[in-house]
Amino acid sequence: MIGRVAARLGGAVFVLWAVASITFFAVRLIPGDPAQAVLGGPGSQASPEALAMVRNEYGFDQPVLVQYLAQLGRLATGDLGRSYALNQDVGPLVLSQLGGTLLLAVLALALAWLLALALAAWSTRGGTVAARVGSGLETVAAALPHFWLATSLIVVFSIWLGVFPPVSTGGATGLVLPVLTLAIPLAGFLGQIMRESLLLALESPFVLSARSRGESERGVLWTHALRHASLPAISLSGWAFGSLISGAVVVETIFARPGLGRTLLNAVTLRDVPMVIGVVMIVAVVYILMTLLTDAATRLADPRLRLS
Amino acid sequence: MSMTEPAAALTVRNLRVGFRADPVVRGVSFEIARGECLAIVGESGSGKSVTARSLLGLAGANARVSADRLELAGRNVLGLTDRAWRARRGKDVGLVLQDALVSLDPLRPIGREIADSLRLHTTLGAAARARRVLELLDAVGLPDPARQVQKLSGQLSGGERQRALIAAAIALDPPLLIADEPTTALDVTVQAQILALLEQITRAGTAVLLISHDLAVVSRIADRVAVMHDGLLVETGSSRQVLGSPRREQTRRMVAAIPADKPRGTRLSLTLRAADAPSPPRVPIPSAVPPASTAVLEAIGLSRSFRRPDGSRHLAVDDVSFALQRGTTLGIVGESGSGKTTTARLLLALLAPERGEVRVFGEPWSAASEKTRRGLRPSVGAIYQDALGSFDPRWSVAEILTDALGLLQRRRAPLTTARLVTLLDEVGLAAAVLPRRPLELSGGQRQRVGIARALAARPEILICDEPVSSLDVSVQAQVLDLLDDLQRERGLSLIFISHDLGVVQHVSDEIAVMRAGCLVESGPAARVFAAPQHPYSMQLLAAVPRLSA
Amino acid sequence: MSDLEVQAELSDRAARSSQPGRPRRIGAAEGVAGVLALFLVVAAAWPQLLAPGDPLGIDPLSAFQPPTLAHGFGTDESGRDIYTRILHGTQYSLLIGAAATAIGLGLGIVLGTLAGMLGRVVDFTVNRFLEVLFAFPGLLLALLIIVIYGPGVVTATIAVGLSTAPGYARIIRAQLISVRSTAFVEAATVLGRTRWQILLRHILPNTLAPLFVLATLGIGQAIVWAATLSYLGLGAEPPTAEWGAMLSAGRTYITSAWWMSFFPGLFIVLTIVTATVLGRSIDRRMRHA
Repeated sequence: MIGRVAARLGGAVFVLWAVASITFFAVRLIPGDPAQAVLGGPGSQASPEALAMVRNEYGFDQPVLVQYLAQLGRLATGDLGRSYALNQDVGPLVLSQLGGTLLLAVLALALAWLLALALAAWSTRGGTVAARVGSGLETVAAALPHFWLATSLIVVFSIWLGVFPPVSTGGATGLVLPVLTLAIPLAGFLGQIMRESLLLALESPFVLSARSRGESERGVLWTHALRHASLPAISLSGWAFGSLISGAVVVETIFARPGLGRTLLNAVTLRDVPMVIGVVMIVAVVYILMTLLTDAATRLADPRLRLS
Repeated sequence: MSMTEPAAALTVRNLRVGFRADPVVRGVSFEIARGECLAIVGESGSGKSVTARSLLGLAGANARVSADRLELAGRNVLGLTDRAWRARRGKDVGLVLQDALVSLDPLRPIGREIADSLRLHTTLGAAARARRVLELLDAVGLPDPARQVQKLSGQLSGGERQRALIAAAIALDPPLLIADEPTTALDVTVQAQILALLEQITRAGTAVLLISHDLAVVSRIADRVAVMHDGLLVETGSSRQVLGSPRREQTRRMVAAIPADKPRGTRLSLTLRAADAPSPPRVPIPSAVPPASTAVLEAIGLSRSFRRPDGSRHLAVDDVSFALQRGTTLGIVGESGSGKTTTARLLLALLAPERGEVRVFGEPWSAASEKTRRGLRPSVGAIYQDALGSFDPRWSVAEILTDALGLLQRRRAPLTTARLVTLLDEVGLAAAVLPRRPLELSGGQRQRVGIARALAARPEILICDEPVSSLDVSVQAQVLDLLDDLQRERGLSLIFISHDLGVVQHVSDEIAVMRAGCLVESGPAARVFAAPQHPYSMQLLAAVPRLSA
Repeated sequence: MSDLEVQAELSDRAARSSQPGRPRRIGAAEGVAGVLALFLVVAAAWPQLLAPGDPLGIDPLSAFQPPTLAHGFGTDESGRDIYTRILHGTQYSLLIGAAATAIGLGLGIVLGTLAGMLGRVVDFTVNRFLEVLFAFPGLLLALLIIVIYGPGVVTATIAVGLSTAPGYARIIRAQLISVRSTAFVEAATVLGRTRWQILLRHILPNTLAPLFVLATLGIGQAIVWAATLSYLGLGAEPPTAEWGAMLSAGRTYITSAWWMSFFPGLFIVLTIVTATVLGRSIDRRMRHA
């Protein structure tokens, strides 16, 4: 048990180191002078003195290896560098944005699970027509791009009906549309996998055994089938969380919500390299943690995995 | 209603079950008294499982069930609502299915599965239920019940699981217990134990309905046997009568197909003839090729181990030696985990031994390089248990066989269909299968194509790993006869690996008994069966289902 | 896991749970998807055939017209017909999707084959490398690439292609390994076939055939991602008639002209659903045929 945890943590540290290295060397691939980029890109016509000062300040005049080791050293102490565009420390800035995105992702994940379970349970019990409708809904939902779903929801619920605000200003009502935007496509994916595994479970011999003991359909669903159906969906949750964070880039931009996604997009647009690296590193950390959590949840839900 | 038969636990009159326009059960009548065991025997597709499920109201949502009478414990159950059925299931009738690994919820401890019937039908509290579960596990002979209740079905052995499943079915002591293939996936020794347990349950006064494809197995404990064929019960009678003097053609074929105790060379498959014709004489056909004392294949001190997930090593084959004489069959028998399949892979040089070696025609085989071996490969053919998996799924039968013949004709001379047809003819298949893919064939046809592929390269040695294990008894009989014919026509030397001692006894000249990787006994088949030396061989032999009633 | 692997897993489950009985019968969903696919291909190859107008033709007098008989999908801020623009944009979207899929698939085949065929050390190294790339979920890898090479259609296409490559690589590797250990490969060894014969006759065909399904599923994914990048202003730019870019342009007028955003998005959804349904249908047929 302890060996397993140690191995997983070791793997996580390795991935983080590799992510840091890849981003570091990828940034070296950017054509042109990084000092120029700090001072606002090629069009800014910075003076040679200013460039020299920046080079010295950021260590660009050092050999690459020294810069790399220095960067790793800084990362190890949690120092993510300074934003070119905002001239602020990236670390605290990114951390302050993390909460909003996590809230969005967690709510969307929970809602997607509820929607998927409800749809799967309904469509497996309602005969062939319900199964087809359920499967069709799931396929279409999974195909909805976030940006289109978001704008369509805004048109219907904000502009036509005026129920929810189009811009996410704090409050709970502002969260509804962003969470729906992220949850509906995810529910499509989770629902498909749950319906397939629910059908599989309902046809399995242990369900026949349970029925032969006098178990009711509801009992079969709750004591046996739903648990089996949720196993593959649980193991997908790590991926789901990653795709939610990726989706947050779009959703936070459209609904003007503060968060990691919007920060990242701004940084990409301004080519603010330390900021992009900072966000990517934080996302990688969160994603790795989520994968570990998913792993733990899978083992919790499936006692067979705890045996070996 | 049923005042005339107060003792009947189950009465069935003219039961019919259909799916859409398809009648599966076409008018079946029987009854079982308390303390009696009735076995319904039939091949796959005969409608026996559907019959069993209809008796619990579980034939399925789109099944149409009708009958003149259907009574459980003297009370009518025809046309019950689902709710009323639920009140009867588990209480008036219990069900035991095949392979408890999938018939018990793999995510729940067995104690909870067994307690379910008590929870659903009684007002017992949790503590009382737990006590009753322990009593039940004790009654079905599961050692140390207090420790076992916490375990998942995956943590138990096959026999322990099946005992737990039976405990769950008899938790409320129902007057009728239906057991659908309860011993099918089990090793023979375990199978014998489970049958003994079912017999004990019958003796205690429960009516037991046993559903099986294996006449020999059920005849051990059944008071009466009913043979089912194509949705009808074609013959019902005492075990002794049905096995000893079968009246109907279908029954005769089934009895003839049982390999155990039939001398080597006896044909197992009967061709269909008029129902009144006498059954053909069982004359042992003398072996055309007299066993010469030349070893074509030798295993010398073979050992091979594997790494377990926890890093320790598990010795799968431990110092195994034997020799296969030209034109004879060496049967290797053992239960699951005995190292049979590893031995087969070692003999085929798909796996290298850690110690010892395999020699073919006296030449190095396992010790040679794959390149040298390739020249000799056509002489050593193989037949697999999973015939379907051994064919490339993209290939048709014609492509499979052309490829197999290809090695002989390196220059790809235009292969005439005639050669393929001859090859198919040898294994009893029509040319119509040529364009089909293995997926579209029946299990028996697939195994015949597998044999044809092995024969294409004109091998002298055939290594057969459980070649008939996944086939129906009558198809098994045909395939065994085919192998027997081919051996005589071509002078093949066979290694025949099986868990089924009855089959091995029928086909082998020499026998090797394996247990936990070791060869515990070997010798001429007649000697090993008449006078086994090793206690494990005796135990195995005692457990073999036989016809001698 | 990557989006692609989830798609492949779903398709696999659907194919396995489908009844093997009547594989040749075409279902309603498959029929509709087939017709839609044909429509999209015609629109991409000969847009003039279905929409004779000029996708860039400005007509200020008929700006912001809601859907009418004359303009089925309405007009945009410069009076351009949205239906015409969408149809003429089909080739951009399909081309970008196809190019990105080709990049991802090509790279995936190389990496996956290396890992699956060249022994343990290479396999271990490639696997660790892929694991690291998976720590950039969804679009993040694409965004990182854009920050290095700057925005634009070409960069966006390459970025999408590169970020799907790890998914393809892992599926190909798994497929190779599973085919290599099948009973029919063993049976070929027993028949005396050489390593090369087995590789060419059994392993490669059985590994590559499923890639066709994968590419069909992946092209839908690539189109969404490319459109997302365009929508965010990092890919194709207005007034190009690319669907994502059209939606991006419509964003400004969302309160007054919903049709500017709605119809281009609808086509994206239709394209993806078509790709999904067709991909799964091919998958099922290949298994049961």
